[in-house]
Amino acid sequence: MTISLNKAGKARNQQSVSVIEGGLANAPAMAAKDIVMGIRMWRLWGRQGWNDILQRYRRSLLGPFWLTASMAIMVVALGVLYAELFKIKVDTLLPYLCLGLIVWTLLSSFLTEAGSLFTGSEAYIKQIRLPYSVYVYRSCWSKLIIFAHNVVIYIGVILYFDIWPGAAALLAIPGLAVVLLNGLLLSLCIGMVSARFRDIPQIVTSLVQIAFFVTPIFWTPELLRGRSFALDFNPFYHLVEIVRAPLLGTVPSAKNYLAVALITLVNLIVAGAFFTRFRARISYWV
Amino acid sequence: MPTLALEDVSVSFPIYHGGSRSLKKSLVFRGSGGQLATDANDRIMVEALRHVTLQTEVGDRVALIGSNGAGKTTLLRVAAGIYEPISGAVRTHGRISPMFDISLGIDGEISGYDNILMRGLILGLSPDDIESRMADIVAFTELGDYLDLPVRTYSSGMVTRLTFAVATCFQPEILLMDEWIMAGDAAFLEKAQHRIEGFVEKASTLVLASHNADILKRWCNKGIFMQQGEVKFTGDVDGALEAYAAAVVSSPHPVH
Repeated sequence: MTISLNKAGKARNQQSVSVIEGGLANAPAMAAKDIVMGIRMWRLWGRQGWNDILQRYRRSLLGPFWLTASMAIMVVALGVLYAELFKIKVDTLLPYLCLGLIVWTLLSSFLTEAGSLFTGSEAYIKQIRLPYSVYVYRSCWSKLIIFAHNVVIYIGVILYFDIWPGAAALLAIPGLAVVLLNGLLLSLCIGMVSARFRDIPQIVTSLVQIAFFVTPIFWTPELLRGRSFALDFNPFYHLVEIVRAPLLGTVPSAKNYLAVALITLVNLIVAGAFFTRFRARISYWV
Repeated sequence: MPTLALEDVSVSFPIYHGGSRSLKKSLVFRGSGGQLATDANDRIMVEALRHVTLQTEVGDRVALIGSNGAGKTTLLRVAAGIYEPISGAVRTHGRISPMFDISLGIDGEISGYDNILMRGLILGLSPDDIESRMADIVAFTELGDYLDLPVRTYSSGMVTRLTFAVATCFQPEILLMDEWIMAGDAAFLEKAQHRIEGFVEKASTLVLASHNADILKRWCNKGIFMQQGEVKFTGDVDGALEAYAAAVVSSPHPVH
């Protein structure tokens, strides 16, 4: 019998005792531990998130800025086209559309990519025990990086049209944080349900497509002419608005904030309950 | 001192074959009343582990023996915390590391160095820990400046070297192995075997599932024989092999 006294001595001192019990008695504690342990592994998911993006654009000239370039082309093309169609001035519509698209891209990527959140990491899940939240943080982080690349377009647009949003723009920062939190919670839920029921990703994709058209991204709320109930009950509108409005120099309405608070609360409860109840099942499902 | 303890652990897998995995069936059956609902809920469950209780101490080298489907891999995965048991408890004391797929996390697009770093991070080590062992790993791979290049540019022999070095660089206290690891490259074989032997010797506890009686006899001092998800024999390795041999007499499964 030999006990190793190699260089791992340091790791050895912090004896890791772990108990995993079956049943649901410990489920809330295990779920909370998972979330905290996941945050502690930020070095891992930080790198993985970067690699996910670099992977796609490796050896291309612009690298991740291809994201920016293709988004910029879309913003300009749609901005000019819809300004003409809706008879709105380009310098009003284009900045609006630019921000709408950037925030929508962030939000919708959470939903459409959530389907493969756990099933796509099957190789890891089946081979080693990692906190499940690591996979969620990783995807959230890479989406934030993409968002940051797209923000460059917004800066270009406000410089070109000489727009200065003023102090209201600062409200976009908590707004973005709330959008990320909701995206994270939604993708956790969808990721888990998708691991169990393989039709979910397809359903989500088609719903997201419809949501894009019914949410004011490339059209403005004024065009609804009084039928604003269509907006009040659209959660995506409120989530987009709390980031878009400040960056255009207006403070989002109290209604927006109230709706977002409600959405976040529901999301927290649903995701929390789901994760607590079914966390241990994820490895069986993938 | 116990290093790994399974207490009355049971694990069963629902088989979501074909339709029953889709939402359609679940919804359709739920809507169509009692008779068919039993059909939908009457999932086939595979009982992979049934009331397994076992305990390992420091210094134990446990051979896990049993025919295919006896529950060896499931037991290792439960011990590694990958599957949380349906009932019962798993207690581990010490850093536990599964060695099931040694190429896990090897990414062809990133450099050899980054692959080593990523593996360390996956195992929960700090960058300092990884850095302190980097020289040893680099020396072992003999890849030199190639470590700065993306792994996809490597020859298959070079990939084997890297994979092997990466897999054996961070020493666990409890080592779980599903089949003994073989390194393909002939020139590298001896060095690799030497390294894996050192790696296994340093672990305070080894649980090795294998069909190779020679390897089990050479490396293990204890044995567990499993059959249909149950532990049928616990004792020394020879006893476990005999129990296995006795059990397969009437069955068509080969011993090796």
